[in-house]
Amino acid sequence: MSQLIKVGMADYKVGRSPDSLITYGLGSCIGIALFDAVAKIGGLSHIMLPDSQQARSSDNPAKFADTALPLMVEEMIRMGAVRNRLRAKIAGGAQMFTFANATEIMRVGERNGEAVRATLKKMDIALVAADTGGNYGRTVELKLDSGLFRIKTIDKGEKEI
Amino acid sequence: MDEEIFKLSPLQLDALREIGNVGAGNAATALSQILNKRIDMTVPQISVLPLGEVPEVVGGADAMVAGVYLRVYGPAPSSILFLLPRDSAFYLVDMLMGRAHGSTVQLNEMDESALMEIGNILSGAYLNALSHFTKLTLLPSIPALAMDMAGAILSVILIQLGQVGDHALVIETEFSSDNDGVKGHFFLIPDPGSLGTIMAAIGVKE
Repeated sequence: MSQLIKVGMADYKVGRSPDSLITYGLGSCIGIALFDAVAKIGGLSHIMLPDSQQARSSDNPAKFADTALPLMVEEMIRMGAVRNRLRAKIAGGAQMFTFANATEIMRVGERNGEAVRATLKKMDIALVAADTGGNYGRTVELKLDSGLFRIKTIDKGEKEI
Repeated sequence: MDEEIFKLSPLQLDALREIGNVGAGNAATALSQILNKRIDMTVPQISVLPLGEVPEVVGGADAMVAGVYLRVYGPAPSSILFLLPRDSAFYLVDMLMGRAHGSTVQLNEMDESALMEIGNILSGAYLNALSHFTKLTLLPSIPALAMDMAGAILSVILIQLGQVGDHALVIETEFSSDNDGVKGHFFLIPDPGSLGTIMAAIGVKE
């Protein structure tokens, strides 16, 4: 029996085939899926903020792109994944509300997207697919038997990347 | 922020609850007058929750909701979010627009505007109470509306709090109109630092 492993906000989980990892209701947050297609081991991280440097608190490293990913990769390697086989897919980073005078905080989705791309680049993990931006929420599921990343939305349909 | 939240005394929590009570009472009265219907409300819940658990309050991160979001400006900046399950939002629009119960299945521009106005009126009523107790001048921004997953909508506020802590202080009231099956959650979430300002202003130190 394959299991559906739930990943909360500011958290990450790892798993192996035939299980799936899912996170519900991504808004400005970003879901980052890493997958080793040979070992069929993957991880899904639900980050809230671009980086831990600007934050005044870093109690929970799973909250930030730059601290969550190294921890998740480490855990995947312990399970048998191989570092240079990892590929990344990302989704989220929306701007849910539109104000006439959008402040910096309203653009956090966009900044999250940029930060995740930069972190992946720094870690030398190839980003193979992305579905970011827009003004709508996403629920994402990483299927560990295939590495497919399924993205569900309310009005914009469903797709796999 | 976490420290600021966890050091609140029972007396301070009571004070917050009382403000919430009067504020939500004002808001419920306003809503009742607009709709010309009886509106029930719960005693406000003051909860300190890990950020990831806040969406559970409204039925989980993937629950379909309408959210009206306002920023509160002034000495104690905060966020206000009025969340309704999608069906409730549709029923509410039916009432506001004088349509038959259950006839709205999608919001047009006018419906959206009506929902935002409701958010505006509720927030104004709530902020009146808060201003009265604190003698702070608190002004709401114009409202913004989104219809989406609860987690996605709440992320806007949770991300702000996430910059300084891992917990949120949530003052939440549930409204309901039994006959029509309309339910809504009204959230006031003070920005980091605002809680101290509010506490100092109402003079409840410990």
